[in-house]
Amino acid sequence: MKFGVVVFPGSNCDRDIAMVTEGIFNQTTRMIWHQETDIDDLDIIILPGGFSYGDYLRCGAIARFSPVMKSVIQHVEKGKLVLGICNGFQVLTEAGLLPGALTRNRNLHFICDQIPIRIEHNNSLWTKGYQSEEVVCFPIAHGEGNYYADEDTLKELEDNGQILFRYCGKKGEINDENNPNGSSKNIAGIINKKGNVLGMMPHPERASDTVLGFSDGKALFANLL
Amino acid sequence: MTQKFNSRVYVTLRPSVLDTAGTAVKSELHQLGYQGVEHIRIGKYIELTLTAESKELADKQLHEICDQLLANPVIENYSFDLIPVDAQ
Repeated sequence: MKFGVVVFPGSNCDRDIAMVTEGIFNQTTRMIWHQETDIDDLDIIILPGGFSYGDYLRCGAIARFSPVMKSVIQHVEKGKLVLGICNGFQVLTEAGLLPGALTRNRNLHFICDQIPIRIEHNNSLWTKGYQSEEVVCFPIAHGEGNYYADEDTLKELEDNGQILFRYCGKKGEINDENNPNGSSKNIAGIINKKGNVLGMMPHPERASDTVLGFSDGKALFANLL
Repeated sequence: MTQKFNSRVYVTLRPSVLDTAGTAVKSELHQLGYQGVEHIRIGKYIELTLTAESKELADKQLHEICDQLLANPVIENYSFDLIPVDAQ
């Protein structure tokens, strides 16, 4: 598999992703400057975390108009894979590739933590390396991760099994107490209807090397090879 | 003939979206003793000038600008005014 990691001005998790895809999994990985438009050679595009364009106006609002994004949309239309992590998730919602929006955390705090996340089901190529309802530990680091969508969209996400990750308690409890940012239905990560686009606020790339203390994210990348 | 316009764009969160910053500011105002403050919604105010062939075209362009970039229709509403520069 050939990975591409988009680098927007202000991205800061791009190298972390390459460390996993290239460093750990030994897959060819190319950094894509946001002004590039030819990404036909790549199988999987990853939009990294960070603060693209300084989060000006809204998180991801300006990045979505970067020249590379037209190619990313075509990549999606071809049925190829796109993963957006943290700011990458925000860019995907702004671009309309995923429904909903990410708003300010309920408590207004920037949250930097390692928390339990429940894998909702493993009937997707992104989560097939996990057990359904398995509880894993992923880092989160965001100020605007409060997932919002209207009731109809939430119902649709639920009915179609598009919710892959939820914030939960240590035993997998889904409740308000274990909802760090106020996200609707504790949503931490969703896929599009077709299943080839995943957006998630937690950082699996920061949990893929045991040197960093935990490696629950590794299975997500291993699934893609 | 092109005309120049000044516009003031107001972007606000949709009523169904929780305004966390507004809620925090309201509780601070209550702490300061302004118990009469009942409701706060924080939004964005954007000033811009643009030139266009007519007021209709300027209005159309501004709608496009707001829908595409200045506001996110999923969570935000917008409104704007459009004043010909000559008229000011």
